[in-house]
Amino acid sequence: MVHEPSAAATTVNRLSVRNIRKKFGPLEVLRGISLEAHDGDVISILGSSGSGKSTFLRCINLLEIADEGEIWVDGEHINMISKHGRNVPASSKQVDHIRSELGMVFQSFNLWSHMTILQNLIEGPVHVLKRPRAECIEEAEALLVKVGIADKRHAYPAHLSGGQQQRAAIARSLAMKPKVMLFDEPTSALDPELVGEVLRVMRALAEEGMTMLVVTHEMNFARDVSNRVVFMREGLIDCAGSPAEMFSGATSAAFRQFIGNFRG
Amino acid sequence: MWIIGVLGFGQQGWGGLLIAGALMTLCVTIAALLLGAVLGTMVAWAKLSGNAVLRALGNAYTTVFRGVPELLIIYLIYFGGSGAVTAIGRYLGYEGFLGLPSFAAGALAVGIISGAYQAEVYRGAFLAIPKGELEAAEAIGMHRGLRFRRIIAPQVLRFAIPGIGNVWQLSLKDSALVSVTGLADLMRTSQVAAGSTRQYFLFFIAGGCLYLVLTSLSDRLFNRAERRANRSMPSSLGQA
Repeated sequence: MVHEPSAAATTVNRLSVRNIRKKFGPLEVLRGISLEAHDGDVISILGSSGSGKSTFLRCINLLEIADEGEIWVDGEHINMISKHGRNVPASSKQVDHIRSELGMVFQSFNLWSHMTILQNLIEGPVHVLKRPRAECIEEAEALLVKVGIADKRHAYPAHLSGGQQQRAAIARSLAMKPKVMLFDEPTSALDPELVGEVLRVMRALAEEGMTMLVVTHEMNFARDVSNRVVFMREGLIDCAGSPAEMFSGATSAAFRQFIGNFRG
Repeated sequence: MWIIGVLGFGQQGWGGLLIAGALMTLCVTIAALLLGAVLGTMVAWAKLSGNAVLRALGNAYTTVFRGVPELLIIYLIYFGGSGAVTAIGRYLGYEGFLGLPSFAAGALAVGIISGAYQAEVYRGAFLAIPKGELEAAEAIGMHRGLRFRRIIAPQVLRFAIPGIGNVWQLSLKDSALVSVTGLADLMRTSQVAAGSTRQYFLFFIAGGCLYLVLTSLSDRLFNRAERRANRSMPSSLGQA
């Protein structure tokens, strides 16, 4: 079923989110977030911890289920029903399908520790997408070359550095040929000297035209790589705009204070 | 010389019977371990499930079968089970006592106990899987069954091997209690040999040695399995 997310939209967005709300107990973490990502958009989501930015990302691929709001992925509406007064996905099949179209990169990498790097990469394509194994291996090898860890393909995750693991995790997501990539603080768990190698991979992806949502604390990435910056505060989008607008200083006082903290 | 005679494989020797008893012990334990694996998986799953009733049932199982003496459970199943079979036989028109086969009763009893211990092992192993890896499996679009088969089961097995080795050893020794049902396992055979030759020291020591052979051999097997399963862990760096 394809719904147009808004009457104004002339092309189908890669991702449309409208009025997402989420409560954890009495705590309202998301208080109505809407966002559209067009093909090739790289959107950096900034905000202090507790602003709800990770929860927002997790709601998009349904690792958390929003209490209210609607989501379209590449024009496909995620169907929700009300069960015992709670909002739940109508079809777990659709959930799996949507997730297979969204690449997710976690702060803590989350590679499957009992599989080698190559096995991690082909797991999704072979078992979720049910594609021929030989073809998947070939593509996986190419992806490993691209992220610069081809020599580690038969190593287990525990034997790699954090930066290498995160690059492998990015390659694992790319192996699914996602429509949109979601990054949840991809460099926050890394030693400072390993951050650069991961950001370089992400920058290359952005230049290739991948649609990306990046929750990050890397101001330079937000300014130099993304074409839109969203600042979240207390469960709402406080302000948003192009990096030039956002970093020119002509935005909200809260955002100026936020980036002021980063400059020390 | 007479020791070789009575322990040997000749006409006067008990060697062959002792070896057969050891094999019987091994068979009962293997059957019990397999049954326990099935029961243990189900109970672990019940204890981990969100359903309060299932959780309570799982807790009751592990509490009862770890908390009651093994011998009592063997009696309960052998005599209680035989009583039930006899009653069914009488209902169907068969007069007289119908016994449960002692092998089946023994394997069932030890298996039920083993299941209670295995459930705890599997539950602990499941909880040892990093939560993020399960989330990554969800995020890539794996459905529940696929997640279990590809991510959960292999890792549970890996984390469970040391614990299962322990349970195996316990079951091997529990199986000695099955001798009360008359099953010709290693314990029972040693007892009979000791009684009929009056060489108590000799045959109980011989039986003990055979138990030690079984446990130390299986210990080695489990150690090897553990090393193999842990080849992806950081501690094996450099061994590869």
